[in-house]
Amino acid sequence: MPSEVVTVASAVGLHARPASLLIKAAAAAGVPVTIGRVGETPVNAASMLSVLALGAKHGEQVEITVADGDNADSILAGLVEIVSTNHDA
Amino acid sequence: MSLSGIGVSPGVVVGEVHRIVHVNVTVPVPGTLATVLTALNDVASDLEQRAEHIDLEIAKEVLSAQAMIARDPSLEEALSGLLVSDTNYADVRPAINEAFAGFRNALLSLGGYFAERVADLDEIAQRTVVRLSGLEVADVALTKPSIVIAEDLTPADTAALDLNFALALVVEKGGPTSHTAIVARGLGIPAIVGCAGALEIAASTQVLVDGRDGVVLVEPSDDEIATRQNREALLRVRADSVSGPGRLADGTPILLMGNAGNESDALSAVAVGAEGIGLFRTELLFLDRQTEPSVDDQVLMYRAVFDACDGRKVIVRTLDAGSDKPVPFLNAMDEENPALGVRGWRLTRIADDVLDRQLQAIGIAASQSAAEVWVMAPMIDTPQEAAQFASRARSHGISQVGVMIETPAAALLADKVLAEVDFASLGTNDLTQYVMAADRLDSRLSDLTSSWHPAVLRAIALAAQAAQEQGKPIGVCGESAANPKLAAVLLGIGVTSLSMAPSALAEVRGYLAGLDLAACHKAAQAALNATSADDARQQVTAILGD
Repeated sequence: MPSEVVTVASAVGLHARPASLLIKAAAAAGVPVTIGRVGETPVNAASMLSVLALGAKHGEQVEITVADGDNADSILAGLVEIVSTNHDA
Repeated sequence: MSLSGIGVSPGVVVGEVHRIVHVNVTVPVPGTLATVLTALNDVASDLEQRAEHIDLEIAKEVLSAQAMIARDPSLEEALSGLLVSDTNYADVRPAINEAFAGFRNALLSLGGYFAERVADLDEIAQRTVVRLSGLEVADVALTKPSIVIAEDLTPADTAALDLNFALALVVEKGGPTSHTAIVARGLGIPAIVGCAGALEIAASTQVLVDGRDGVVLVEPSDDEIATRQNREALLRVRADSVSGPGRLADGTPILLMGNAGNESDALSAVAVGAEGIGLFRTELLFLDRQTEPSVDDQVLMYRAVFDACDGRKVIVRTLDAGSDKPVPFLNAMDEENPALGVRGWRLTRIADDVLDRQLQAIGIAASQSAAEVWVMAPMIDTPQEAAQFASRARSHGISQVGVMIETPAAALLADKVLAEVDFASLGTNDLTQYVMAADRLDSRLSDLTSSWHPAVLRAIALAAQAAQEQGKPIGVCGESAANPKLAAVLLGIGVTSLSMAPSALAEVRGYLAGLDLAACHKAAQAALNATSADDARQQVTAILGD
């Protein structure tokens, strides 16, 4: 399963718009996607509440994992892009 | 009759009251897992439709986010774990509450932005219950221009209302960063939050809303309306006519800065042209924390504010906990007289290492940021305390170290206190309550708790004189700096910078641009020689005009 560690770029953290974008993309992926702090139990990246409850703040590192599938690598790249972009700018 | 709250969006309007009262289901609501899930699904669809039809971008985003919460697979999972399928329940409300409670608690414990989402969760749960109960949700849409009064306005409310008809928003709950405040500023209409008693005003009553002062006047007289409308118009003209760094009419530069408790305040301050943050209230980052944030976490918190200031000056105040600002992890003990108890710098007596970790984090954050970081301690009473703080702050690489002067002792010994540090800042709110020995929260004592009082101004003058003699900066960061006339008096007394809520800055800058230093000196002399706060205010108004 491809995964990547990425730094949350938005000033508000994984919240509001950045969280919405991530969740929409994760839900559209068609395969299970998880997100979490490295070494902690990851949560369903398509669940708004779980992503919010993660409480990932600006500058924190999170690991995104995409279940194996046809486009897993490109899906992962898209999700990494969302989290590593500052959507408040 | 008048009511007051926190003005969060300036402007003065008069209109009829339109009240919004939320349905509260107090009877058992029977149902099954399937009906609950259907209701939740309907709530989500409803939110999605509203999101699609509303024009206001901020409300659209919040509604979409709410719809996503309502569609969250983990809510369905939680409900499925609590309700057995194909079973009739006499009351499904407890299961719904329990399903939401887990997420609610998780968000609450995160605090800040995340905790604010709890309102979304509560609203979705409430809407689901109302839908199951079959109670109609009253049609709240405005049909004519009105002043909207509610307990609090949720994003769905703002979507259901036709806000083109909203003249002003007044809510009983909520703070400056609540949805109501954000929507009102987005629409450019006056708004007041935290306005207790507002819902007791009957529908269709004529009221005046002053969103700058945070005042609601019920059935105002023509005179009251004219006075407030004229003043507002004058303030807008003044505020709009001046931009750039603060200066007096004779060119004397005045350092105008903003007060901030977090990154968004800092951004607002920069947006209105503040030359920096004159008071960064770090305790606001701690109030909702059950445990002390680690040094690394603190570095991130401070960096966010420093970076928002983009190379400008930031004066950080170390934790000002205690009294009316209890921080959970600094076990607030029962004190007979908390305002005179272990607060501010005095907390080092019971939890000394907290300060060291904070200074360490500030030092690290400062070294990583372009901001010019100065640090000061609150509630410094004596020269010895000032010296102790200075040596500890410097040991963490902080070069500009100062103290708050907010006790009579510190003002009386200002020359000795200032000799130990690089600068001072006058906390006029506390200085007023300590000089006057009057609780600033007690409305019965309001004539004694005005910073206009000559006794307070004389204490400020002692400190300003000491600073002037030693060539050290001395600022004011209390609410008094936000009052344009009092700001002029403070400058006349010898204060070198003013720091205030960002929303007040344009008005103060505009007002000061019309005065020269000689007028400020004259106003200061009159105020220092007045016999009461009212007397000082009247004499200064006579000199400076309205």
